[in-house]
Amino acid sequence: MSSASSSRTGSELPRHRAETPPDPGFALYLHWPFCRHKCPYCDFNSHVREEVEEGRWRAALLAELDHFGERTAGRALRSIFFGGGTPSLMAPATVAALIERASRWWRFEPEIEITLEANPTSAEAARFAGFQAAGVNRLSLGVQALEEAALRHLGRQHGVAEALAALDLARARFPRVSIDLIYGRPEQDLAAWERELRRALDLGTGHLSLYQLTIEPGTHFHTLRRRGRLPLPGEDLGAAMLALTDELCAAAGFAAYEISNHARPGEESRHNLVYWRYGDYLGVGPGAHGRLTLGTERLAMRAERLPERWLAAVETRGHGQLPAERLAAETQATEYLLMAMRLAEGVELGRLAALAGRDLDSFLDMAAVRFLEAEGLLRCEEGVLRATATGRHRLDALIRRILR
Amino acid sequence: MEELARIRNFAIVAHIDHGKSTLADRLIERCGALQAREMTSQVLDSMDIERERGITIKAQTVRLEYLARDGQRYLFNLVDTPGHVDFSYEVSRSMRACEGALLLVDATQGVEAQTLANAYQAIDADLEILPVLNKIDLPAADPERVEEQIEDIIGLDASEALMISAKTGEGIDDLLEAIVTRLPPPEGKAEEPLQALVVDSWYDPYVGVVTLIRVRNGVVRKGQKILFMGTRAVHQIDRVGVFTPKPVLVEALGPGEIGFVTAGIKEIADARVGDTITEEKRPAAAPLPGFRPSQPVVFCGIFPVDSNDYDHLRESLAKLRLNDASFEYEPETSTALGLGFRCGFLGLLHLEIVQERLEREFGLELVVTAPSVVYRVHRTDGTVQELHNPADYPDPTKIVKVEEPWIRATILVPDAHLGAVLRLCQERRGEQLDLTYVGNRAMVVYRLPLNEVVYDFYDRLKSISRGYASFDYQLDGYGESDLVKLSILVNGEPVESLALIVHRSMAESRGRAICEKLKELIPRQMFQIAIQAAIGGRIVARETVRAYRKDVTAKCYGGDVSRKRKLLERQKEGKKRMRQVGRVEIPQEAFLAALKVSG
Repeated sequence: MSSASSSRTGSELPRHRAETPPDPGFALYLHWPFCRHKCPYCDFNSHVREEVEEGRWRAALLAELDHFGERTAGRALRSIFFGGGTPSLMAPATVAALIERASRWWRFEPEIEITLEANPTSAEAARFAGFQAAGVNRLSLGVQALEEAALRHLGRQHGVAEALAALDLARARFPRVSIDLIYGRPEQDLAAWERELRRALDLGTGHLSLYQLTIEPGTHFHTLRRRGRLPLPGEDLGAAMLALTDELCAAAGFAAYEISNHARPGEESRHNLVYWRYGDYLGVGPGAHGRLTLGTERLAMRAERLPERWLAAVETRGHGQLPAERLAAETQATEYLLMAMRLAEGVELGRLAALAGRDLDSFLDMAAVRFLEAEGLLRCEEGVLRATATGRHRLDALIRRILR
Repeated sequence: MEELARIRNFAIVAHIDHGKSTLADRLIERCGALQAREMTSQVLDSMDIERERGITIKAQTVRLEYLARDGQRYLFNLVDTPGHVDFSYEVSRSMRACEGALLLVDATQGVEAQTLANAYQAIDADLEILPVLNKIDLPAADPERVEEQIEDIIGLDASEALMISAKTGEGIDDLLEAIVTRLPPPEGKAEEPLQALVVDSWYDPYVGVVTLIRVRNGVVRKGQKILFMGTRAVHQIDRVGVFTPKPVLVEALGPGEIGFVTAGIKEIADARVGDTITEEKRPAAAPLPGFRPSQPVVFCGIFPVDSNDYDHLRESLAKLRLNDASFEYEPETSTALGLGFRCGFLGLLHLEIVQERLEREFGLELVVTAPSVVYRVHRTDGTVQELHNPADYPDPTKIVKVEEPWIRATILVPDAHLGAVLRLCQERRGEQLDLTYVGNRAMVVYRLPLNEVVYDFYDRLKSISRGYASFDYQLDGYGESDLVKLSILVNGEPVESLALIVHRSMAESRGRAICEKLKELIPRQMFQIAIQAAIGGRIVARETVRAYRKDVTAKCYGGDVSRKRKLLERQKEGKKRMRQVGRVEIPQEAFLAALKVSG
């Protein structure tokens, strides 16, 4: 090579971005906080109740949805997501009512994604037709494991065969299906995960959410670990599993478009992309969070966490929202960075600077960015900052390092 | 002015914790100087730190009136002295104000190293020494054995030692009487030209510098123009007084008296300890024999944790220095620690006290680097460099030889622990000078490099002897040693604030210990970190901090961003306390811990 400039000729990386930066979009999240059982690893806002007065809950969810609708009517809606808890415990009629109400407030994008999280039990599979009829076009199945013993240990209420049967039904009903798996489980070794993952890649879905088990405070697993009764993989094995996951998925045509999410082209979760691209989203239901741009302000919103308190609040004043927080410019920039760096597509530096409202140099340690680039952990080119695959495996440390 | 025959000036000298302050309190109380309600415990220890540590840092005096059994009123000037080895210099200057000394020995503990050191200083200062055994009320007291020790180790006649309990008050009346009958009165002539020794001086924000003096000859009074014979500075006295221990103004101070003067002096440098005050219009022919100024022997860097506190640190040091001329400071810049100061102290305890006062009284958070002694570097160009900071160590090819300060250490230790003490001294490059026994206790005298003592010698000595060994030292000149500069490198970059000068034979083990400690304390980062110890270009120890292999939150959706952001904000707070060495972020705790193992 004769000169420095010619040294880039052989680069496989695109030198220009093919498209304009993606519009982060606007999405609606609906939270159903009830489960039949609380799983020992789960720290989500989920609650077990003897009985749920579904009529009251439906009315309350509709009321809070209206509360937001009045303030954002007419916006183009990219996605609706029913999460929980276990939203597949909802009556399809409730789901239908909520989708129908959303359609009155917002303009659905032609490709609108309507996802519902479901447990792969036979009881819930029986409602798939109803959910489909209600307008759900994407199902996210909480399969979690493809080993019986592991499912029992994870406190799941289904077996492998039952889950696979539910998956078949789902694939027959819904154009897009995703499954969740948890790996890095106690006593799971690399070979076991490889077998399980290979099997999952062959299940015919277009999307896989593969989460390395994280022990959250307040969960039963947390207590077990504290007592030394949860033999989790160490960092080296965890890292090896992460690398293997990326590698096997890529080989099977599933790109790691986010740290734990892998999809065939076009099968990415449009809903979660709104979060990760730091778009606007509304959260309806107990404990749901939102980010909303109103005028020149960007608000962080969250609702009462406890189901009963949220319900009482909605029934009293029409919504269960706690006071919203106005996000300072720098806070918005930090949040954007935190979220978008999780994505393979990375962060638009122009947008980051605009959010921060100041010079990037005073927000990011550009010297650190440059040497992390030299270390092969980051790429900063064409106005985009992104972590490489190895960088993404160390993303928390990386962000701590580059943020001033 | 008082009649000489009815004045007694004396100090109490003792090993730490042998009850000196309690005895002082008891004497003050018996002489009725303070009402009971005014007595706080240990009146003479005025600073918080002194009260907590049970030591007296600055000499203080108190004038007491005692009605003796002969029906006469006597005037006592009790001069308090510091009890710690770092301040032996201040002990000696306090003694210069006295004719007598109470040698206070704990009857349960016996003679300890500082008892010995202080007793010798009193003997050198020609003081009449009154042995006093304290704590005789305790069941463990063994006065006969302790008397024997006083005679055998110190060589003083202890047959008439006084038996007291400063705590219960037992024997105090006899002690007061013995002060009258057994200690000599001062000498001096009121009609001679004024000669007064500056025993101490300190800054008071309301009246300026307060100068504590001992009058030898002549009279000092308000309005007088005085000449400091050393500095040639002239000031007019505006106050003359004594401490009872409260300051009380008096008309004049005559021969043999101890008291204070103020003269609108702005800086303690103008009222140098050891200087002689005389009258400007009728000066004395010669100054009193002064004492050599105290020299800092231990140096270290002091840096603010938060670099914004630099100005605050500078102002705080200046304020402390107003009252403690024995420590020095000058600005220092460190790549790792930023802007700070190189400070010199009388010893490690002195360093700790100043550090604690800066943190406590001035609310500063500090990073203190490894203590270092003053080396003399003889260069090839014939010059001699006084090296206070390992960072200034010259290129080895330009060095002819390096000398380091040595001390003469006296250690008293029960027989059972003697072996461990000897091993410690050998490890620290000691040369044994003497070893004698008194009963089941051994007294060992070693010549040791000060460098080997400033770090943790005292702590180690206490721990290997289960607290039974006592220790004192005097500086004992310079000697050539095979010294090297040990550099610590982080990813190839030398960290100047961790560099130290060590004997070649110890460089490797020190280097290894520091590298191991740093490995424990430097958090893993995005890349591998090499920690090395080197002498010149030769690596003598190496540790590696592995890079993170995985550090990522598996799940992060809409609601999690607030939580993650808050976590990050907390982490950023911690980042402020990180120091950057090249690309590596090193927490200050790591510096401090590495400096601790340096010994």
